[in-house]
Amino acid sequence: MLLNKPGKKIILLGNEAIVRGALEAGVQFVSTYPGTPASDIGDTFFRIGKSAGVYFEYSTNEKVALEAGVGASFSGLKTLVAMKDFGLNVCLDALGPFVYTGSKGPTVIIVADDPSCHSSAQWEEGTRAISYLTHIPTLEPADPQECKEFTKLAFQISERFKIPVMIRTTTRVAHQRAPVRISNIEYRISNKGRFVKDPRRFVTLPPRVMEMKKELLEKIEKIQTFSEHSKINQINRFPKSISGTGIITSGIGYLYVKEALKDLNLNLPVLKLGFFYPLPEKKIKDFISRAPRQRGEARDESKALSDQKLKKVLIVEELEPYLEKEVERLAKEANCKLKITGKELISEVGELKPEIITLAIAKFANCKLKIENSLKIRNWKLKIPKRFPQLCPGCPYWFVFSAIKKAVDPEKVVFGGDIGCYMLFGLPPLKIQDFLSCMGSSLGIAHGVKKATDQKLITFIGDGTFFHAGIPALINTIYNKSNPLIIILDNGTTAMTGHQPHPGAPATPNGIRIENVVKGCGVKNLRVIDPINQKEFVAAVKEFLNKKEVSVIIARRPCVQIKR
Amino acid sequence: MLLVGTGGQGQITLLQILSEAALIEEKEIKTSELHGLSQRGGSVEVHIRFGKEIYSPLISQGKADLVLGLEMQEALRAYPLASPKTTFLVNRQIVPIPLVKNLTEEEVLKNLKKISKNVILVPASEICKKELGKEVVAGIYLISLAAFKKLIPIKPASILKAVKKIIPSRYLKLNIDSFNLAAKLS
Ligand SMILES: Cc1ncc(C[n+]2csc(CCOP(=O)(O)OP(=O)(O)O)c2C)c(N)n1
Repeated sequence: MLLNKPGKKIILLGNEAIVRGALEAGVQFVSTYPGTPASDIGDTFFRIGKSAGVYFEYSTNEKVALEAGVGASFSGLKTLVAMKDFGLNVCLDALGPFVYTGSKGPTVIIVADDPSCHSSAQWEEGTRAISYLTHIPTLEPADPQECKEFTKLAFQISERFKIPVMIRTTTRVAHQRAPVRISNIEYRISNKGRFVKDPRRFVTLPPRVMEMKKELLEKIEKIQTFSEHSKINQINRFPKSISGTGIITSGIGYLYVKEALKDLNLNLPVLKLGFFYPLPEKKIKDFISRAPRQRGEARDESKALSDQKLKKVLIVEELEPYLEKEVERLAKEANCKLKITGKELISEVGELKPEIITLAIAKFANCKLKIENSLKIRNWKLKIPKRFPQLCPGCPYWFVFSAIKKAVDPEKVVFGGDIGCYMLFGLPPLKIQDFLSCMGSSLGIAHGVKKATDQKLITFIGDGTFFHAGIPALINTIYNKSNPLIIILDNGTTAMTGHQPHPGAPATPNGIRIENVVKGCGVKNLRVIDPINQKEFVAAVKEFLNKKEVSVIIARRPCVQIKR
Repeated sequence: MLLVGTGGQGQITLLQILSEAALIEEKEIKTSELHGLSQRGGSVEVHIRFGKEIYSPLISQGKADLVLGLEMQEALRAYPLASPKTTFLVNRQIVPIPLVKNLTEEEVLKNLKKISKNVILVPASEICKKELGKEVVAGIYLISLAAFKKLIPIKPASILKAVKKIIPSRYLKLNIDSFNLAAKLS
């Protein structure tokens, strides 16, 4: 990762390429909260940060991570903040004002979506909506080389326009490996910044805040002009083609389009958008209103009559149809007869796959697709038993599960689940999970259920998740008086995302003991038990289920995967 | 090439070795893998594409030239990506799925043969256990075998070089032994 041989190719994962890009840009301050498919960014900085002279921290949650980044940027440091899609929701409250104040030290925010929810239990999020909501300039790379180049470009844009810039990847970009051509790493002599007072710039208080919004929109206009001329929005030259047919795409979709055109032996004009926000509107209008022509042929303005304009365009984009809607809007001005196809052929649900795009393009361009023998096999319904993810052999959670089974009749108790390895409680053979939502929510929802019913309720939360978002919800159960039994699964690590440390981890020298936090909030029914002591655990569960106030059991036993 | 197995069989290390070997030969390569939840003992499928002009990191349905299975049921699960032209190189091993009726070796083999004539079943785990005392290197054994049998466009020597680069020194000897075993038995 730290190899300094400009021009050499090395194999990098998309996420590693982002790290490399940040190092080449001279990043000084990095904060993150782990989450697949973004975790490798933080984990790589955790490994190499010191030797690269970069400040790195795993923050307690994404909101704090972004706020730390804002502080570093206000103090003039080149800053990178990374998280998974859901993390952007957690820090949204801090993101909005940051786009208004703008960055001082250039700042790049990486956010990774997970279409098809390969590693995301919660919902299939497309964070591009947040680009519109907050007006944050957003770039979408397709492969590792672009991950590196776009990261560097994002720092440049941020430096020039004094605004944070977001890079949005997806699982198939972040976890794509390929050779990447590297450049020089720019080492900084110091990571010390200086906070220079400038309240006009850093304080978002009305009435100034309304001026700031105006200034922001003016900035976005300038960035749009930049986007119009940026090479990352590329039009493949118009070939001799199936007349009047074109494709607009971005991110991973572009790679599947190229693959499909090769497979189908088609030569269609393609507009690939590297900018998602702000979109290069002129370039798009130009693309959809241009007549197909041969390479090298001079453009004859008089020929650009409506009958020679692009007749139909296919929008290849993953998840929600933002590009499609934008193109519809732009076509009203540029080419009102244009037929726009997108979600009609490409589902809004689930990730794109190469065969889906090949089929869509074949249909769209009316060309025959060779149906291979394999199709018959594909339709052949085979019964292969499903292999669900499992708790590891020896996982401390098995002991917790077994104690619960001994202590209560699962039919008579409502079980709350939260985010971490223990969400596998919801899968066979365990199946004790009656609701599951977002990080920390098990406590918040448990409180609501307890207030609304007289049912018995046990809710689980991991140690990492407790620090991330559980504490305010615990305080709420006390303040608003409800009595769930909360079991905090303290395995000493953030296991699910790759064993990152957290504030309560025993290896952390200034570690915060969970029982001190719980006690400090005033919880009286509190016990810390190693779940291997089944008798003690079972007795505590039985006793606490009858309490009038909230109770907490801290099930403390380290994750079997941590080497000590 | 599709590399399939169950979580924890070392797919990502194998992927790193193959990518590095391709880089040594200055060949284009692209791969796709999954992390997080899917690695916890579930089915794991990683895609590797070698060749000229590769764009997609994922293999299209029916387009896998080689399915390398570290486990038999997982090899069969890959059938949507296979065709009669696909070669299956499969470890003769069933990692049982708890609490359900698993397919037997014979059932898997019978079905694989319905897809393609090119099914190579190798008792890799058994051989590695017997000869080297460790099953974990069955993956290295199989990718080496794939290189020796020319099922992938990578020279065995490049695999060996990549192993030396990727594998930490305390496990290196075991991995090299596994490569050599594949050389001997191929
Ligand atoms: C807002 C948000 N950020 C990050 C994640 C990714 N994530 C999934 S599980 C998990 C770890 C939970 O750790 P812990 O509660 O300690 O449970 P363990 O996996 O150790 O059992 C994280 C951070 C997420 N799902 N949502």
